[in-house]
Amino acid sequence: MLLKVRAASEAREDEVTPRALFLSRRSVIAGGAAALAVGGMAPLLSGPAFAALDAKTTVQPPDAKMDPVTPQKSATTYNNFYEFGTGKTDPSEYAGTLKTRPWEVVVDGEVGKPMTFGIEDLLKFPLEERIYRLRCVEAWSMVIPWVGFPLAEVLKRVEPTGAAKYVAFRTLHDPAQMPGQRLGVLNWPYTEGLRLDEAMHPLAILAVGMYGDVLPNQNGAPIRLVVPWKYGFKSIKSVVRITLTKDQPPTAWNRSQPFEYGFYANVNPDVDHPRWSQANERRVGDFFRRKTLAFNGYGEEVASLYSGMDLRKYF
Amino acid sequence: MATGIRQTVSAALMSRWAKPAVFVAALLPMAWTFWLAGTGGLGAEPIAEGVRQTGLWALRFLLIALAVTPLRQLTRVPALARFRRMIGLFAFAYALLHVLTYVGIDQFFDWAAVWKDIVKRPYITVGMGAFVILTALAATSTNGMVKRLGGRRWRALHKTVFAAGLAGCFHYVMLVKGWQIPPFVYLAVFAGLVALRLAWASPWRIAVRAGRQPIFSRSGGD
Repeated sequence: MLLKVRAASEAREDEVTPRALFLSRRSVIAGGAAALAVGGMAPLLSGPAFAALDAKTTVQPPDAKMDPVTPQKSATTYNNFYEFGTGKTDPSEYAGTLKTRPWEVVVDGEVGKPMTFGIEDLLKFPLEERIYRLRCVEAWSMVIPWVGFPLAEVLKRVEPTGAAKYVAFRTLHDPAQMPGQRLGVLNWPYTEGLRLDEAMHPLAILAVGMYGDVLPNQNGAPIRLVVPWKYGFKSIKSVVRITLTKDQPPTAWNRSQPFEYGFYANVNPDVDHPRWSQANERRVGDFFRRKTLAFNGYGEEVASLYSGMDLRKYF
Repeated sequence: MATGIRQTVSAALMSRWAKPAVFVAALLPMAWTFWLAGTGGLGAEPIAEGVRQTGLWALRFLLIALAVTPLRQLTRVPALARFRRMIGLFAFAYALLHVLTYVGIDQFFDWAAVWKDIVKRPYITVGMGAFVILTALAATSTNGMVKRLGGRRWRALHKTVFAAGLAGCFHYVMLVKGWQIPPFVYLAVFAGLVALRLAWASPWRIAVRAGRQPIFSRSGGD
């Protein structure tokens, strides 16, 4: 049993190339169709999508036996992305309406040099593969090989002023592309936020790909935040705006149910969601639940960000 | 004309194949769920999906059971009453499957965790309340139990099915994140069924019935 698990994870490196090639072919086909519709897509496809495949793995769980990478099919068909429906398979079924090219991310607010990045600019940042645990607030988890770059790289480019204390993020707001936004499940557009020091932490990344390929729409294409020590809802998808602010910005789930979803939302087995326990989680694909780790297992790296804070109060 | 249709439907419902047919139909969602579970069709999180599907079917059968009497009154097809007990028992069967999946698979008999859930999580408290009621109703569903309890006490006990229905709907409303539509659809159907019964029993309705004796004479009260 254990041997089988390890063999599967060791085989990953061998599998990557053919699978990646297969996927890139597929994305060329899909891109070809999109090019017919939009026009002028070809130059975008040959560069960045393939560059994403080459990213070196820089962070991974210390024990691949404990944290084998979640099957790609699970990670791309079991999603919370309410902009496309509240069912777990809704995003994979309906996110095709999202147009990820052209795409711009405005970075502004308390900065010396506000900038607008085209997605092609963002894809030029040196890409790394980060194999992170993802812990959903609903008590399930996955292990996902993201491809991206530290959020800090973008923030440094715009030169935050001394007044900048927080970073606010916003998802695209376009009910034509995101039909779920026609329903009042949340206050659209989805917003998220981090304290500036959290945002500058090297583990916080902007992801543009996963499993060696560009991000599928249902996973937050073309660019999303990934903050592995916080519940998944903090890792906002399909980002169009990043604003540095003086004050703590409003965040979507906190606005919706402030007693259930805090601004910090650090993974914490000792602080239950009012409606369910956070003490354990089921890794997608596992039968048994496992104990949830403080800061999702990244405490060594990030716990110091919260020293002296009452994490029951700032949940 | 309408009478002709009603007679045909009544005859079909009274046939000796009607009950077995409904029984088999009511088993289909269970069979389908087991089939999906066995073939990987329940998706990336089959345990969570199994809990969800069995819970949804329990709620659906409970609402169908509650719809039998209003439907019988509206259509004036008394034969519908033959199926009420069986449908109610299926609601219990699916609820039992739901609870077993949660306790036995999702929590893997971690009784401490289950107990903590029941006392600490209002949506589970409410859901368990509905299940306790359905268990009592299933246990007293036989003809023998009706006799032993006496008609009046039996009817009083079985009126608690409305509490189970309300609790079941609230269980669903309370467990989802954000403002989602489906749980409110179930709650609205439940409210509609209750409203129909209240309307049927209201003074207004009784007056109408008295005034239009020939039309409504075949329909019995509850």
